[in-house]
Amino acid sequence: MSGILVIAEHRMDELRPVSLELIAVAVGVKAQASGPVTVAIIANDPQKYAQALSVQGVDEVICVKSAVVEFDPDAYEATVAALIAAKNPSLVLLPHSVNSLAYAPALAAKTGLGLATDAFKVEFDAGALVATRGGYGQKLNVEVDFPGKSTVVVTFRANVCKPIDAAGSPTVTQMDAPATPARGQHKKYIEAAGGGDVDIPGSEFILSIGRGVGEEDNVEQFRELAQTVGAELGCSRPIADAGWLPKSRQVGQSGKTAANCKLYIAMGISGSVQHMAGMKHVENIVAVNTDPKASIFHIARYGIVGDIFEIGEELRNQFPA
Amino acid sequence: MKILVTVKQVAAVDDDFEIRTDGRDVDPDFLIHDLNEWDNFSLEEAMKIKEAAGGEVEVVVVSVGPESVDEELRKCLAKGADRAIRVWDDSVEGSDPIAIARIIAAVAKNEAPDMLFAGVQASDHSYAATGIATASFLGWPHAAVVSLLNYTPGSKMATLQRELEGGTYAEVELECPAVLTIQLGINVPRYASLRGIKQAAAKPIDVLTPSALGLAATDVGEAGSLSRVRRMYVPAKGQAELIEGTPAEQVARLVKIIQEFKGV
Repeated sequence: MSGILVIAEHRMDELRPVSLELIAVAVGVKAQASGPVTVAIIANDPQKYAQALSVQGVDEVICVKSAVVEFDPDAYEATVAALIAAKNPSLVLLPHSVNSLAYAPALAAKTGLGLATDAFKVEFDAGALVATRGGYGQKLNVEVDFPGKSTVVVTFRANVCKPIDAAGSPTVTQMDAPATPARGQHKKYIEAAGGGDVDIPGSEFILSIGRGVGEEDNVEQFRELAQTVGAELGCSRPIADAGWLPKSRQVGQSGKTAANCKLYIAMGISGSVQHMAGMKHVENIVAVNTDPKASIFHIARYGIVGDIFEIGEELRNQFPA
Repeated sequence: MKILVTVKQVAAVDDDFEIRTDGRDVDPDFLIHDLNEWDNFSLEEAMKIKEAAGGEVEVVVVSVGPESVDEELRKCLAKGADRAIRVWDDSVEGSDPIAIARIIAAVAKNEAPDMLFAGVQASDHSYAATGIATASFLGWPHAAVVSLLNYTPGSKMATLQRELEGGTYAEVELECPAVLTIQLGINVPRYASLRGIKQAAAKPIDVLTPSALGLAATDVGEAGSLSRVRRMYVPAKGQAELIEGTPAEQVARLVKIIQEFKGV
């Protein structure tokens, strides 16, 4: 068992950026893994992704032709199992994505491979793999090892590692995915409803509200506040789940990424990993929260420990017209 | 017609906590327990199906854990679950999500439900693995991160939406019985009524052991796991520059930050 197998991810004809991040993770521990880095892409038309995956440090790109056009957990499980059998890697890296979660635990359970999910660090300690992940609501770091496991499947968190820009010249090979009986059928993709007027990814200034808002009637004053200061109104998951604001305003993993944001004011948001995935890169984050131990204060540049209603009202009063 | 709902008693650390002397977990004296947030949504989804079918659906909740877990099971019974199953003995100690899944699958084989719902993940350790691993042990079709479900009890197919990243959803048709991992926001969970809480006290919680379910000692605990916790520690974290003063003073600084951004 040696080397690393990376499973790239694509959706709607586009490579998911996390794929290139995982390659960087693999290349980073390649020397410790004492074997090649193999990247596999499973698709109906896998060749079109081969070039983008051919970055420096990759030894082989396997284009796996699958009869299944859209993601199917059974097809991916069988295909990755076949890739593992062919390559015998000591580490299999998958993105910690919704699709990986639909088959990685099944794959590991069925074949008895080591498994760690949502890891943000992997290393080899005296030849044995150690993965680091969060515990107790991400308050602690947890090092996990895999006694007696020669192959370990790790789903790795997005936005942790920078992709490698330099191109490489890996061998590109072809493989056919094993046929699997269909138990599920992908019908279509659906985009989150609500608000063509909302542009979270394009906004440079976002004021976001979270659970601290308390009740629906309190949302309006923050909508007005955002307008007063000239910010786009965003929110965290509980606000969208409650239907108080449309999903199109949700910032985070399952919502939108604040891709162009330069100033982000988080009011009453404690800072889940999922929310922070959509905004932690913003240079200027101001967090307002009553709980001085809230996770959001660990990533914010400025913090105000205080009541969002009091601060909100004061901001409305002081902000120059 | 039966729906099995898996639930977990999760743990959060107290403000000031200590790590156990072996360094592999938090000292249990510093843990605060609750029902996993996701499980409220999977139970509600089962209750909605039960009520739409006019009550001919039995909702059974199952959990793996010690006696303290009965508190969470009572919460589920108070919200309308018909009965509860708890599996535990000392051999379960040290189990990872895969070993837990093996136990739940053994319960499911006995119960033969028409559907199995699990939360996407648990708020304490966020493995997001137990539900899908359970499906694997059962050999059942499965879907992860379900945010909308159309299912009629007894039907051979369910139509559902999976919540992907970035505000995209995938609509999927799936054969049943199936294991679905249920996402937050799929419904609005109810609160237990006073009547429900009173009735819950009289509902049964069956306590089983892994061996009674036909599992071997090597199926559970560390031996039945695919991973092992080696060490836990508090990571070094960044800290925001705190803006001190009265709210008026704090906001004066905030206004300055906004104006700097705007180039005023």
